Amino acid sequence: MEIISCKLLYALLAPLIGSLVVMRCGKHPDLREGVSFVAAVTMFGIVMSMVPDVLSGNRLVYTLFKILPGLTVTLRADGLSMIFAVVASSLWILAVFYSMGYMRGLKEHAQTRFNACFALALFGAIGVAFSDNLFTMYLFYEIVSICTYPLVAHHQDDESYRGARKYIVYLTTTAKGLLLPAMILIYVLTGTLDFATNISTGIFPPDVNATMVTILYICCLLGFAKSGIMPLHSWLPSAMVAPTPVSALLHAVAVVKVGVFSTTRVMLYVFGVDTMTAFNLGIPTAYFVSFTILTASIIALSKDNLKARLAYSTVSQLSYIILGVALLTPSGIEGGLIHIANHAFSKITLFFCAGAIYVATHKKNISEMGGLGKTMPFTFAAFGIASLSMIGAPPVAGFVTKWKLLMGSLDLPSPHYIFIILILLTSTLLNVGYFAPVTYKAFFGKRPVGEQYEGIREAPLAMVVPLMIAAMISVLIGIYPGFMMSFVKAVMG
Amino acid sequence: MEEFLIMNTGVVPFLSLLIFVPLVGALVLLVSDSPIFAKLWSLFVTVATAIISLPLYFGFDLSTPLYQFAENHPWIPSLNINYTLGVDGISLLLVLMTTLIMPLCVLGSWRYIDKRVREFMICLLLMETSMIGVFVALDFVLFYVLWEAMLIPMYLMIAIWGGPRKTYASTKFFLYTLAGSVMLLVAIISLYLEVGTFSIPMMMGHGYSPLFQFWVFLAFFVAFAIKVPMFPFHTWLPAAHVEAPTAGSVILASVLLKMGTYGFLRFCLPITPEATLLFMPYVLWLSVVGILYGGFTALAQKDMKKLIAYSSVGHMGFVTLGIFVLNKDGIEGAILQMINHGITTGALFFCVGMIYERTHSRELADAAGLGRFMPWYVTFLAFFSLSSLAFPGTNSFVGEFLILVGGFTRSKVIAACAIPGAVLAAAYMLRMLQKVVWGGVHNPDQSGLLDLNLREIVTLAPLLVFVFWIGLSPEPFMNVMHSSVAHLLEQVQGASGSAMAMSKILIP
Repeated sequence: MEIISCKLLYALLAPLIGSLVVMRCGKHPDLREGVSFVAAVTMFGIVMSMVPDVLSGNRLVYTLFKILPGLTVTLRADGLSMIFAVVASSLWILAVFYSMGYMRGLKEHAQTRFNACFALALFGAIGVAFSDNLFTMYLFYEIVSICTYPLVAHHQDDESYRGARKYIVYLTTTAKGLLLPAMILIYVLTGTLDFATNISTGIFPPDVNATMVTILYICCLLGFAKSGIMPLHSWLPSAMVAPTPVSALLHAVAVVKVGVFSTTRVMLYVFGVDTMTAFNLGIPTAYFVSFTILTASIIALSKDNLKARLAYSTVSQLSYIILGVALLTPSGIEGGLIHIANHAFSKITLFFCAGAIYVATHKKNISEMGGLGKTMPFTFAAFGIASLSMIGAPPVAGFVTKWKLLMGSLDLPSPHYIFIILILLTSTLLNVGYFAPVTYKAFFGKRPVGEQYEGIREAPLAMVVPLMIAAMISVLIGIYPGFMMSFVKAVMG
Repeated sequence: MEEFLIMNTGVVPFLSLLIFVPLVGALVLLVSDSPIFAKLWSLFVTVATAIISLPLYFGFDLSTPLYQFAENHPWIPSLNINYTLGVDGISLLLVLMTTLIMPLCVLGSWRYIDKRVREFMICLLLMETSMIGVFVALDFVLFYVLWEAMLIPMYLMIAIWGGPRKTYASTKFFLYTLAGSVMLLVAIISLYLEVGTFSIPMMMGHGYSPLFQFWVFLAFFVAFAIKVPMFPFHTWLPAAHVEAPTAGSVILASVLLKMGTYGFLRFCLPITPEATLLFMPYVLWLSVVGILYGGFTALAQKDMKKLIAYSSVGHMGFVTLGIFVLNKDGIEGAILQMINHGITTGALFFCVGMIYERTHSRELADAAGLGRFMPWYVTFLAFFSLSSLAFPGTNSFVGEFLILVGGFTRSKVIAACAIPGAVLAAAYMLRMLQKVVWGGVHNPDQSGLLDLNLREIVTLAPLLVFVFWIGLSPEPFMNVMHSSVAHLLEQVQGASGSAMAMSKILIP
């Protein structure tokens, strides 16, 4: 059933108004962070208030603007949007505290701009989550690109300008060069850009040309370059020049999730499982992203810089989400979608830990962190838990994903299921390969020659508490996957 | 004649007022040479003209493609020349945009022009008279007189108040446009000899022979392509834009360029429909070339005015693309994009002028890193730049979207070739925005610069309102076009099938 609800609008207004107020509060740091916190909590509250309606099988919609026939700015909340909205809004609360600790700990400049853009990025992310049609999604997708530029270029030195330029060039070029024509062609073919209301049918008429659909599909898959799919991933490691809270936001919550969320939304609600099966688009996609999964993991192995290793781990993990959906089997889709949440909580923990280590020790490289676990036990414990989730070990969240993905691959016809399972197993081993040594060396490794740990303590509480909470949530949604799974079930119908 | 017109029945002849109020205003300026009087009086006159133009919108009958608020008086009866005015869905928005832009031009020149203020304002008001006249004239002689009359004040504005290379730029502008006008005159006279009237509506749908249409179309095309300007007739534009004073650039970009595309819609399509169909593929490809050429060239510019000038070549390429795909979406998108380009590019020229007033430089490098010191300025600049690159939610997106919908409906290959132009637009606008707001590691010292004052905010704010109004709710603007565009398409598609068949061969 469709319910018209202004709550969707309020959920968008919370971060938007928040950012405007933050801009006016530049001279009062405490008030500024207070406003960010209030905006984050308000948004989370509004999102949670929509949960009962969505879980009872309804769809909330709200039309903001009618631009042309079939082209509107319309918001919707359904199961899929709630997965992303709940994750983004809850993690924003943690990120507010964490970035306060980080930015003040390092005495960063332009903290007001940072906070305002942070809120605007969340505005874009929540807008993507609640999009009801391709145009609305494109609108908010572009808002995220533009509003995160100041975050990536935050340090305003040559390196960050270079990284930020690469970032914006990759993201806007793919969006304008591939998504825009795809969107217009879909409009020409179907007369509408509204997403379907179920994941099977898609929006194309039955007599549509197969070549055309395939071209459109490829445009959409590559057009959402925020998903970090290879070969369009290299903006992501470059964007690591940003301050760590931004990396956490970019690579766990807002930006990359906007990418994969949009990709899955379009795969399921524009093309639909039936169309994708009919035109045989699923399996090739699965193999295509498998390349990303394995290659990115291998590159991650070679990185000594902790943030760079996490970046490539993100590239690899994001493709799990697309892989799951591309399997087009019920378990596969469930595994892919639940990984949006699982990856978010675990990856933000990892980035939070990387930032905490940097604030406490000014160390960026893994090789310099041997034995550091004894000095920073909470941080490294959280890192270990989140690593387990990335690897997919029970009882942490990632296990649920891996289980569902494996189940999903078993439903594939022979011989594809063997290959996909092999890919999943190989990638799990690679995950172990690049994550386990970090925690192991920190707790059991030797202090590197010449390193001094005297006077080093845990990072400020404003940082350690959020990262511990994020780690605990990773465990909780591993043991009790029911809550997030209920949204996935709502998607499956 | 009368059957094409819905005569203006009220007491007030709105269209004549629109033409004559600025003219009388210009004459009044002759009495006093006080600069402040000249500014205030011109502001008053242009605002009054804008207010007089509003009833056109509110009294406009959406259901008919006929020319409304029409006036028809004999002028030179021996040659069958009449004073005929009227607006339809194609010209209405252009008239309104002109009357909106002019008060802003006066405001934008407030401090920029410091010598011969009175003469400058006279030029502005004369421009307004002739520009509105061109859009509402329905008699070819009247049209031609006003079309030529436009040249002189524009020439003076560049030649007197222009930059260092003003003589070169103004002469080039004059020669190019005059060359086009001569072709236009040839076309007008040959049409007169064929039909025996100068009435524009009566020349439409006359069923001329294909050969005659071929030559008339070519003459029209050269005249209008220079004005648009279409690649390869564009070289006068960057020179003129760079040297012109702010108000001159704004008028050039916002209104004068639209005369060319207006000419295509008003004359080429309905008067020579078969030739239009025949030439359609060539014009489409030429538009694509213009889009790409304008984009690449804009990307290479160091001078902000040149950058925006070349971006105009690209944007106007989209407009001609929309016109010549010859379907509803394309043409409506083109008309809307004409308005959008007027609003956005006009605003961008104002923005560049505001920097120039402060730093006396248009170099991108000299404007680097303004963001910290001029936050209001860069906020406006950011929104207008986003509008220029067709960011979703702004006016240009709607226009570009419709044009590309029309384009993909006509030919997927041609539309796909235009897409890199949209990417380039993002590249050069974001490049400019990044430079101005952030700059690099070594920015010039901008700390002495003052942010926008109230007058400057008042100049930019109305344009920003339209950026979002058209971007989010374009229905009030689209509604006025529907019947006229539908009628126009009937006129074109009424043409014989042979030209259509021929043009299909040339479009993949």
